[in-house]
Amino acid sequence: MKELICITCPRGCHLKVDDNMNVTGNFCPRGAKYAVNELTHPVRTLTSTIKTNSELNPRCPVKSKEPLPKELIFKAMDEINKVVVKLPINIGDIVIKNVCGSGVDIVATKKIDK
Amino acid sequence: MIEKDLVIIGGGSAGMASALEAHNQGIKSILILEKNPYLGGILNQCIHNGFGLHEFNEELTGPEFMTRFSDLIEKNKIEYRLLSNVLSISEDKVVTYSNSYEGLVEIKAKAIILATGCYERSPGAIQIPGTRPSGVYTAGQAQLYLNCYGYLVGKRVFILGSGDIGLIMARRMTLEGAKVLGVAELMPYSAGLNRNIVQCLKDFDIPLYLSHTVKEVKGKEQLSKVVIAKVDEKFNFIPGTEIEFDADTLLLSVGLIPNCDLISKLDISFSKTRGANVTQDMETDVPGIFSAGNVLHVHDLVDYVVSEAKEAGRGAAKYLNGKLTHKGHVYSLKPGYGIGYVVPQRIFIEDAGEQIILKFRVTRPFKDINIFIKENDNLIKKIFKPAIIPSEMEIVKLDKSLFKSLDNTIDVYVEEKK
Ligand SMILES: Cc1cc2nc3c(=O)[nH]c(=O)nc-3n(C[C@H](O)[C@H](O)[C@H](O)COP(=O)(O)OP(=O)(O)OC[C@H]3O[C@@H](n4cnc5c(N)ncnc54)[C@H](O)[C@@H]3O)c2cc1C
Ligand code: SF4
Repeated sequence: MKELICITCPRGCHLKVDDNMNVTGNFCPRGAKYAVNELTHPVRTLTSTIKTNSELNPRCPVKSKEPLPKELIFKAMDEINKVVVKLPINIGDIVIKNVCGSGVDIVATKKIDK
Repeated sequence: MIEKDLVIIGGGSAGMASALEAHNQGIKSILILEKNPYLGGILNQCIHNGFGLHEFNEELTGPEFMTRFSDLIEKNKIEYRLLSNVLSISEDKVVTYSNSYEGLVEIKAKAIILATGCYERSPGAIQIPGTRPSGVYTAGQAQLYLNCYGYLVGKRVFILGSGDIGLIMARRMTLEGAKVLGVAELMPYSAGLNRNIVQCLKDFDIPLYLSHTVKEVKGKEQLSKVVIAKVDEKFNFIPGTEIEFDADTLLLSVGLIPNCDLISKLDISFSKTRGANVTQDMETDVPGIFSAGNVLHVHDLVDYVVSEAKEAGRGAAKYLNGKLTHKGHVYSLKPGYGIGYVVPQRIFIEDAGEQIILKFRVTRPFKDINIFIKENDNLIKKIFKPAIIPSEMEIVKLDKSLFKSLDNTIDVYVEEKK
């Protein structure tokens, strides 16, 4: 039996997972999915910022479009910190394709014109 | 003097959501006044995700969440002025603001919604013994510098207070290469959401010291050491429990306070939350002045800010359409044992819509309790909670028919199982 806290939403359900991967304590189905993932291959959405070529808005916030394997988080940060984007930029624009070979793109989360 | 039906002060999530709701209710003469050069308020610096699960059923970052609203503001052509700092509001609803392109402007409003957010308790507000070196910031300041300007305030960081902003900054600064040495929390439980303890501290092996606080800071010009110690139930330091950290930065995440400066001189009563007392429509004691979002009580979820702001927007529309009579039976809500506060503080049952929403927090963590909502002998609702903590606000939606107008007060209290 393993105990986890679901981090999928702010409700933070206390989950229990037995040896056959049966999950209890989850308020919604996402909790069960989270528990199984967390015990097999944990993933996290990465959010950070990226340099821009603007003085007014020197940073643009970004995120990994899908959650990344936990062990790639710091490597992905290194990639993000190497890039400078040119404005204008829009929400969803890809700033790094397939970061660290994960198959996941890093995308902008803010629209910045200048 | 220019006249407007509705002036909204603050263009954060509360301001934008209330404007959109009032607009949907048919109010067309609306003006939002925002002192920053952008809409969105605090969400501009909250680049992490976790917003919008209730409102949009997806997990958005702060900037994405606010853009959903600012796009709607543009689309509906709701008027707003940026870089416009509101200086005062008078009892007869004259709003005075200033900006560099119009100078000093007075507007006569028929209704006002106050949506000015909150501010962080500052280093001066909590007294830490020791020197006054540089390197002490509020967590929100550090967040602004890092996320909007790319400036990391320090390399070896200690965090006082386990509020969500502090936890989120622990992760954020770690990702940017700083070493976060630990988080100290005065209370025996965390002030932040469980999910943030897991994904911001445990993921990075950052220790959380419960029942600990900062005893001393050292350093001449620049902070060099932070000393923490354990406290007993009366919050007195326990000798011999000191731990010393080589830190160049101390972040404070020790609480947020509603920013009510603009209404503090009006004839308005305030609640324990340090926000105004309001009715079911988010109306303060001055008819036609409403309040919603962090200026009313500090929220941890923007989704709840938005739903509250919509109530205020609907309330303002009702007021402008002459539908707030303030007549008939009125209840006052009383937080009883185990309950810190209840919003709203008053309910005009005749003015209320079909559903009445109560929001409250418990004073400390409880397990296996019943929460009672009662007017005299009439049990309006009993809620069982296997576990409940102060950092998670409770929201209860009640059918109006449950209220029998038997008494003038409604008690909300916790009953522990024997
Ligand atoms: C740092 C931080 C992190 C958070 N993290 C999360 C999270 O992870 N998930 C989540 O769901 N929620 C989070 N929240 C909570 C939630 O996002 C906020 O509570 C919500 O966005 C607040 O909205 P608001 O409109 O009440 O306040 P604000 O966003 O603060 O907006 C108030 C606005 O009023 C303006 N203003 C103030 N005074 C004046 C004046 N005199 N004249 C003109 N304008 C004025 C300000 O400039 C500001 O734009 C966080 C809150 C904070 C403070
Ligand atoms: S189980 Fe569902 S409701 Fe509970 S925390 Fe996870 S996502 Fe949220």
